[in-house]
Amino acid sequence: MEENIKRYWNGLEQLKNDPEYVKYADKEFPQELPVGKEDSASPSSSRRDFLKMMGFSVAAASLAACEAPVRKAIPYLNKPVNLEPGVPNYYASTYSVGGDYCSIVVKTREGRPIKIQGNKLSHFSKGGTSAQVEASVLSLYDKERITGPILDGEKAEWEVVDAEIIKELKTIADQNGQIRIVSHSVLSPTTQDIIDKFLEKYPSSKHIVYDTDSMHGMRVANKNNFGLSLIPAYNFNKADVIISFDADFLGNWLNAVGYSRDYAKTRKVNKEHRKMSRHYQYESLMSLTGSNADYRIPVKPSKQGIIIAKLYNLIASKAGQNTLNVADPGEVKFLTKAADQLWSSRGKSLVVAGSNDPDVQMLVNGINAMLGNYGSTIDLSNPVNLKQGNDEAMDAFVKELTEGKIGGVIFYNANPVYNHPKGSEIADSISKTSLSISTSGVKDETASLVKYILPDHHYLESWNDAEPVPGQLSLAQPSITPLFDTRQVQKSLLTWMEEEITDYYQYLNNTWERKYFPTQQKISEFQTFWDQSLHDGVYDYDAGTISAGDYLPVEGVAQGIGRKYSASNDGLELVLYTKIGIGNGTQANNPWLQEMPDPITKTTWDNYLTVPQALARELGIGADGNEFPVATLSARGMTMKVPVLIQPGQARGTLGLALGYGRKNAGIVANNLGIDAYPLMDNSRGFWSNVILEGVNMEPLSETYRIAQTQTHHTYMGRTNVIQEAYLEEYQADPAAGRHYANIAASMDLDRKMGDGKVDGKIDAKKITLWKGHDYNNHHWGLMVDMNSCIGCSACTISCQVENNVPVVGKEEVLNRRDMHWIRIDRYYSSDAPVNDPVGLEEAAENPEITHQPMMCQHCNNAPCETVCPVAATTHSTEGLNQMTYNRCVGTRYCANNCPYKVRRFNWFKYHDNDQFSMNTSMHNDLGKMVLNPDVVVRSRGVMEKCSFCVQRIQYGKLEAKLEGRRPGDGEINVACAESCPSEALVFGDLNDPESRINKMMKVKDDNGNKVIQEDRIYTVLEEIGVRPNVFYTTKIRNKDLEDKNA
Amino acid sequence: MLEDISCLLSRRGHKVLAFILFSGLFLSFSGISVYAQEAVDSTSTVSAAAPDDGLSIDPDIIGAGETLFNNYCKVCHAVDKQVIGPALAGVYERLDLPWLITFIQNSQKVIESGDAYAVQLYEQYNKTQMPSHDLSDDEVLAILSYVKDQTLNPPATAMDMAGAAGEAGAAPSGLSISSGFLIAAMVGLIIVLVLILIVLVMLVQTLTRFMKQKKGLDESELEVIEQRFNLAKLVRSPAFVGFVSFIFVAIMMKSVIDGLYSVGIQQDYSPTQPIAYSHKVHAGDYQIECEYCHTGVATSRQANIPSASVCMNCHSAIVKVTGADEPSEEIQKIYDAIENNRPIEWIRVHNLPDLAYFNHAQHYKVGNIECQDCHGPIETMEVVRQHSTLTMGWCIDCHRETIIQADNGYYDQLVELHKTVSKEDMVVADIGGLECSKCHY
Repeated sequence: MEENIKRYWNGLEQLKNDPEYVKYADKEFPQELPVGKEDSASPSSSRRDFLKMMGFSVAAASLAACEAPVRKAIPYLNKPVNLEPGVPNYYASTYSVGGDYCSIVVKTREGRPIKIQGNKLSHFSKGGTSAQVEASVLSLYDKERITGPILDGEKAEWEVVDAEIIKELKTIADQNGQIRIVSHSVLSPTTQDIIDKFLEKYPSSKHIVYDTDSMHGMRVANKNNFGLSLIPAYNFNKADVIISFDADFLGNWLNAVGYSRDYAKTRKVNKEHRKMSRHYQYESLMSLTGSNADYRIPVKPSKQGIIIAKLYNLIASKAGQNTLNVADPGEVKFLTKAADQLWSSRGKSLVVAGSNDPDVQMLVNGINAMLGNYGSTIDLSNPVNLKQGNDEAMDAFVKELTEGKIGGVIFYNANPVYNHPKGSEIADSISKTSLSISTSGVKDETASLVKYILPDHHYLESWNDAEPVPGQLSLAQPSITPLFDTRQVQKSLLTWMEEEITDYYQYLNNTWERKYFPTQQKISEFQTFWDQSLHDGVYDYDAGTISAGDYLPVEGVAQGIGRKYSASNDGLELVLYTKIGIGNGTQANNPWLQEMPDPITKTTWDNYLTVPQALARELGIGADGNEFPVATLSARGMTMKVPVLIQPGQARGTLGLALGYGRKNAGIVANNLGIDAYPLMDNSRGFWSNVILEGVNMEPLSETYRIAQTQTHHTYMGRTNVIQEAYLEEYQADPAAGRHYANIAASMDLDRKMGDGKVDGKIDAKKITLWKGHDYNNHHWGLMVDMNSCIGCSACTISCQVENNVPVVGKEEVLNRRDMHWIRIDRYYSSDAPVNDPVGLEEAAENPEITHQPMMCQHCNNAPCETVCPVAATTHSTEGLNQMTYNRCVGTRYCANNCPYKVRRFNWFKYHDNDQFSMNTSMHNDLGKMVLNPDVVVRSRGVMEKCSFCVQRIQYGKLEAKLEGRRPGDGEINVACAESCPSEALVFGDLNDPESRINKMMKVKDDNGNKVIQEDRIYTVLEEIGVRPNVFYTTKIRNKDLEDKNA
Repeated sequence: MLEDISCLLSRRGHKVLAFILFSGLFLSFSGISVYAQEAVDSTSTVSAAAPDDGLSIDPDIIGAGETLFNNYCKVCHAVDKQVIGPALAGVYERLDLPWLITFIQNSQKVIESGDAYAVQLYEQYNKTQMPSHDLSDDEVLAILSYVKDQTLNPPATAMDMAGAAGEAGAAPSGLSISSGFLIAAMVGLIIVLVLILIVLVMLVQTLTRFMKQKKGLDESELEVIEQRFNLAKLVRSPAFVGFVSFIFVAIMMKSVIDGLYSVGIQQDYSPTQPIAYSHKVHAGDYQIECEYCHTGVATSRQANIPSASVCMNCHSAIVKVTGADEPSEEIQKIYDAIENNRPIEWIRVHNLPDLAYFNHAQHYKVGNIECQDCHGPIETMEVVRQHSTLTMGWCIDCHRETIIQADNGYYDQLVELHKTVSKEDMVVADIGGLECSKCHY
């Protein structure tokens, strides 16, 4: 049996048994400490040590003799009525930054936002969040925000700049000069209304919208096919078969947070429901979405178009429609199978593509139309308002700007100098305008070139509304008084229009009263309606459905495809992508996002060129420990030096480079980190594309570069059965498929005692123990991880970091394997190739399967850490928690050494108030510290820390219940990671409560005080060592046919 | 004689015991009698004739009146005694209702109208304005109904309260007396030992005298008789030196250890505050509820120091210290803070380290612990003083002893469960009250 088991590896170094990997594999701490070692350079070190010790003792004694410092307690002068210091307040609001959207609830303490969580009332984002949304609260407390209006680099007064700008606008308008407002997609209907009025007031002005990750191609395609330039709503929850061509719909594509929840719903299986959706992903790089696919097929970007065309033809022949005449891509794995399945689940299937090429999108539209997906999995009548960018208009603007035809330009929270491919042209030409304004909150690349910087409020300080889908409104309300002398852009525009009402709150309120209040009958008073909408954060009304025309095929698509794509391209191709954490780079100055390990590559603090394994072998390059090879990359006439990282699963002949790095003016955290890839964006094929098909070259250099990767930091020392998985067919036949039962041989004596508990002459490891176990009379907290739902998005990592004041340690310390995250997501590559066939494995590594496994303290009932602590700093609670008492810890690190899961983190330094960790902005300055959770201490140097199951939330939830004289209900107490999870993969609850969700999902039965879990999929990691964790995992079920197992 | 002493002792012991028992019994009986009286009173009120003065006897209205009274009136008025304003007992009889209603709603208007009684009151109480609250007629009537209810059924007085508390208080007071008993026993024992010593010395002297009178003693016997006490020799003897140095080292060690343990403990810390605010005046003399100012105590982690606006609820009208002619400088500091828009910077008296999480709501509201249990007799303190040590040992001791009552839906089942396994009452420690993560996270 052991022979057939799958091989898992968490990095290529493990697969190849790299010496560097082997060196660290069985060590908790990578470096030896220089304690007790003779220092040959200074023979007198013992005397010095003695003096040091003396000095320390004297210092300690005199410190102890000192009186405690006087501490002040400063109450409010006028305490706000509904604010009680020590009690959190929650405000529903809206995250809409750079055209992204999420409906949120903001937790505030003493008037400071400290945590963001999803709004469960939203029908769009559906209660989840993403890493970027979670981290955005720190950007509010960025020390580098602009504190007031700036004119020509000098501080100015609002009245002065307003007067000047109005005068200048009028002058430009009188001379019929051109005025432009440049922004990302504006989701707020009221803001759009103000912009429209501004355009009326100054008729020579235009509003230019662009997106960093443009989806203009899809809008054009829908305009051609259906007569309307829109992006439809996708219902992933209704799809049985999903085929995605390079669309990262669980990562950064459109409404990924909402799609994650929908997608995960189709992936959850249990005894009663043994069905799940099937997901094919044809992509060139390894994306987050691809890592979750059942079938993942790497294809070169140059082939993508004709592969979609082939799928079109396969479906068309089934539907009895005309096929297109395009080149044959040759053998494409599983395409026929996919086509058959699509056809058999007509109306319940979904094909999406990430390309910005209108021809590709039209092909996809055609496929979906033939499959009858419109009206079921794709909804044209409720389009999505995200990504309104118009590439053509933006190009025209850049042209006009460079030609000096623009009189005035307002960059409304947009930074095109950095994030538009023609940024350098824009940078050179801003000076040609007589009026240039940026409303950026920080002095970014664009803002540093304009005449006026008129900073907007942070979104958590603003009033606003948003309408991501017509009829689904949401409100944003300030959860803190503006920290600086900033002003909302809407108010600025209203001022410059010389409107009577310039207060945006008043304007918003009036607009809602006029426009949205009459759309309902339930509430008769506007104030009540407004209060209700503010409370909920969202308001749904009937906006009337948009009637798109029937699908209309367009001529010339085949020719377009044939021209742009080819079956054989020998040259290298470059794909620019966005990372889950950094995204398009707007939040690059956020250290939490910089240090979040990328879900796939597990790297932090850098971007790099990802290359497929075959190419690396060809060039003879590879990483040596942390030292990564460096190469020169040349494309589109530009040459740059980039570090190279080998990425399993990447299509042959393809290179990948992440956008969002190489910032010049973002702030101390992000400046000069990585390489700016925006200038490489390509428009040679008639549309802005993130794919460069021609003229890409890569030359390895002899230098090396250190990249901070976390993937092999916390390993299980070669233990197997950490991941347990099965294929759907196996699961349908046997709900316990894939389960590995830890049965061990035992002594004759024990054997006899156990009686019938034997399996194959062995005994279930769970039944043998030295310990008496614990009585959990009150609560018994547990966490269940549904491995089928976990997509690896890492929102939990950031959520945990915010909630528990987890420090950022910086690249150097990550390199030293001292990252501090309490919850990590282990990413495993796996393959069914025989374990003892290195060549086979090497090949398998070209397209391995991927498993994401969240790993945090397992709160073992028989915890190995507890027994080795010499000072009892880590102990067990009567509620099932493994408690960590920082003030008792003396830092022996025995516990971490003894932890089989490697989830304990040691504070090697004082990370707060330490100039050497200035990137740890949430603990470095007074402004940043406002984000800290006041209910959790900031740990100091020399103590161990780890996941506490958010004990502060447990205590708070229990207190709330006690104050009301009742037991806490299920769901009232939730851990930060589970709360943020967009796919509901983490379920936290009280195992003693028979009504709790976790109890029902695991089918816990009480057997004479012992809890017996009856759900067959449940397992605990490393069951055989008998530590009995309170964190449970389910077997991962893949919907892959058994016959394709080794494919 | 010894018999005498022991007899005396035992008799005294009996007396002490008898005293404890008797006082305990007395206290508990007096408690019961108060309850009984209350019960009789309340029945008599209920059976009383329908009201003829327009005031309600409906418990709901009286309850509402109590809330209003506590919110608006209690700061300056009490039913049974004069506080800042006059005592209110029987006020509904002294004055007619319409006058009362107008006066309570806006006293200044009535005074300005020249109403003789109103002006006289105003003069009598140092021209202290009664702030007008936005009360409706019904609300004023509810308050008056409550006043009437309180006049007719006065609540247990302080003495009665002590009696009522006697039942609960008996056990701990017994404990303290038993330690007194121990001391008495020790003293007795020492007296007995001293007496024995005296007897022995007398015995030795008698025997020596007897021996001296006897002739024909040998060398060694004579030596014993001639023996003289040599102090210098004793002092120099190794045994003595050893003994003394042992005592010295032991005392030194003890004081060093005590000193180390007291590092960081700020018991009796009472810094001078920016405003000479007196808890004795506010909480003691005027009996303002703690919760009136410390608003968070029942809901929040912090009890909260009141904002200046809370002070102004009363001090918008009260500018002078009782009995003073000039406006108070200390009260002026509140006005200055409001005027300059600068909050008052109090000095924190109770400083828990960051590593310990303490929640007031848990202890005050859920645990029903009196403020005084930790903060001491705060209502007698002119300057706030840290009463308890606030050490972990102090916390833990209380968690070991505090019994959890089954009057909270959260604990009910736990108490039931505890009864099945133990005869002892369930204390905080039984449900994890000693676990690290209850306070450290």
